[in-house]
Amino acid sequence: MEVYLAILIGCFFTVSIYLLMSKYVIRMLLGVGILGNAVNLLIFTAGRITREVPPIIPEELQIPAELTANPLPQALVLTAIVISFSFFAFLLVLGFRSYQDLKTDDTETMRFAEPVDSPKPPLGY
Amino acid sequence: MNTVIFRTFAPFLAALMVLFSIFILLRGHNDPGGGFIGGLLAASAFAIYGISNGVPAVRRALFVHPMSLAGFGLLIAGLAGVPSVFADVPFLTGLWVYPEIGGVELALSTPLVFDIGVYFVVVGTITSIALALEERHVD
Amino acid sequence: MAASSSEKIDLTGIMVPADLSPSDFLIVTPVVIPIIFGALLVMLRSKPNWQSPVAITGLILAMLGSFGLLQQVIANGPITMTMGRWLPPFGISFTADLMGALFAFTGLFVALSGLFYSRFASTTLERRYGFYPFYMLMMAGVSGAFLTGDIFNLYVWFEVLLISSFGMIVLGSDRVQMDGTMKYAFLNLIATTMFLAATGYLYGMLGTLNMADIYAKLRSTDLQGPAYTLALMYLLAFGMKAAAFPLNFWLPASYHTPRIVVSAVFAGLLTKVGVYALLRTTVMLFGEQRDALATGIAWIAGLTMLVGVFGALAQTDIRRIFGYLVISGIGTMMAGIAVATQTGIAGTVIYAVHSMIVMTALYLTVGAIGRLCGSTDIREAGGVYAMSPMLAVAFLVLALSVSGLPPTSGFWSKFVLVKATLEIGAWWLAALIMISGLLTSIAVFRIWIFAFWRGGPEGTRDGAEAWTRVNLESGYRLNAGLAIGLLMFASFAIGLAPENLLSISADAARGLLHPTAYTDSVFGGLPQ
Repeated sequence: MEVYLAILIGCFFTVSIYLLMSKYVIRMLLGVGILGNAVNLLIFTAGRITREVPPIIPEELQIPAELTANPLPQALVLTAIVISFSFFAFLLVLGFRSYQDLKTDDTETMRFAEPVDSPKPPLGY
Repeated sequence: MNTVIFRTFAPFLAALMVLFSIFILLRGHNDPGGGFIGGLLAASAFAIYGISNGVPAVRRALFVHPMSLAGFGLLIAGLAGVPSVFADVPFLTGLWVYPEIGGVELALSTPLVFDIGVYFVVVGTITSIALALEERHVD
Repeated sequence: MAASSSEKIDLTGIMVPADLSPSDFLIVTPVVIPIIFGALLVMLRSKPNWQSPVAITGLILAMLGSFGLLQQVIANGPITMTMGRWLPPFGISFTADLMGALFAFTGLFVALSGLFYSRFASTTLERRYGFYPFYMLMMAGVSGAFLTGDIFNLYVWFEVLLISSFGMIVLGSDRVQMDGTMKYAFLNLIATTMFLAATGYLYGMLGTLNMADIYAKLRSTDLQGPAYTLALMYLLAFGMKAAAFPLNFWLPASYHTPRIVVSAVFAGLLTKVGVYALLRTTVMLFGEQRDALATGIAWIAGLTMLVGVFGALAQTDIRRIFGYLVISGIGTMMAGIAVATQTGIAGTVIYAVHSMIVMTALYLTVGAIGRLCGSTDIREAGGVYAMSPMLAVAFLVLALSVSGLPPTSGFWSKFVLVKATLEIGAWWLAALIMISGLLTSIAVFRIWIFAFWRGGPEGTRDGAEAWTRVNLESGYRLNAGLAIGLLMFASFAIGLAPENLLSISADAARGLLHPTAYTDSVFGGLPQ
């Protein structure tokens, strides 16, 4: 099971890195979304896959009676999902607003903060 | 969306959803539920009320700005750790009291306070986003 | 746990024994107080006039807390508190060692000065859009990153400070800012995602996230290749956060766009959080792997220094010059990480403290120059010396400091680093530190000559005060003077009396290279 998931994670990373290298913001956004999911899946797989045994301790016991699924990666993934989702939402709004304001989603032409023809500093005193 | 049926029904539905969200919040410690999901439910209640009766009606019903609700939630979630200072245990340790009210034992705790804080943070942020989107829809 | 009070559960095996004194709670004050005051400020969003006093009160309290923490750590060694009383490594530990406590205190001090500056400089609109809550939450994130002892929690604090910094950098949302934020947001998000991926691998290999436990497990298990992969991934992720070459391009693209206070605290604090994380991971956790990568890190350090300082020489906007100088400073700190002897790490720690103070102060002086001259471009600015001699004095001290000249903090931090590189015979790294210092002094004293000495903008005859005198409002003068003065005085004081800081940073370096005190404070006194 882990092997298939590892291959899937590899595919996710490939796709997201390919998209992130694009110069269009909308593709980079998709890349960021997939990158977040790739990492979440990675953490999930890193916690080992144990099926069908929920990590619940019976009332009369102090420790679980058998090997259970690892709840920690799920907590980590939940945190990471919330964070990456909020970042994705922020970037989406930012991308949309900058498309409205800058009239472009091509990063090659986004040179407002660093103009291409910025002047040279004075050479003498 | 502007049918008579929806407009008549939505306030009751919203009230029911808020009530149910509080139920979900309070059962959260031992059963599925908790502040996050309860907050989402309440926020969707306000969103529905906003769709049916307009955003100004929601803002009137809430009294305060949704972001202030979120701030309040963050405040009490932060303050939920403070009682542990007086109990000489590490920060954010769960402390329990069991007052008896009318013969029923009630389990109150600092994790509950923290969860209520989470509830308010989620209600506040999601509601303010939803209301902002609904307001934009008009123009 | 929610079972009724009658059934008691035996907790000795799963919980930290409770014997705390009130002073142990100092470790959470630098994080919790900014969160609580940030929450209060969100609630007070309709009262713009209350924002600044409440924020200043909060940061003063947090700074006093972190000062107390620093005193405690100096006296008694590292302090650990594990949240929620769960036994480490299962509970999330906060561990303040000397480096973390020192950085947290300096960070809060710098942030407080920034708040003084913003008292007059922030507009009502900015206050309404949440400048102060973002500022407080960012400081909670910065302090949390410095004090946490859990690597996933470090990720969470990184995200807290990152999302608040997004809110602050885009505040005002003009076109230049949109563009800058775009680059800042994307590249920082990718860096933190790399960090998260590395942490996922780490968890898969070692099954723990507590840093003290990671330290022990890395040395007890035989993980040759994977450990190198992890060390490299952390180097990549935090190198990107710290803006080290060749991943530095987001910084000069964005740091000159927002409000000047925002630029100042970003330049002072955020890249230093990246350096802190590099010290914590590559030096403390992955020491053996770092030794193998040392040559590579030294190359990165040297190139970062040069790229930063050459970039600074090529700019005309003072804010952009300082953006490049931040990068050059990061390169100097990386040199200490590349050396990684006790002296080298001590040099990095003391340089980070110096850089937090001086870069923030320099950006704040740019704000004042911009107000006096109406422009922050060295071709258009001029006559500041005539208009405000006090500002000129402050800038001169800060310029000496950033160039690494006595009698300032910059001299001692570069002195220790050069000494460390010469001790291991890396003379070329020492030469690079000196060369970058020389070129830095050219870059900053050019600003001095043009913006301060020249009577007016470009084309003005020498000595002619053609520039229309601008009288700043007294409120601005008072608050900006207080902010810049505090920071300048701190740099000057460190320069005149460096013994304390030198001994603290040497101890911090020893604690980082031999973290037995750190791990003992996490696991000591527990039933094994």
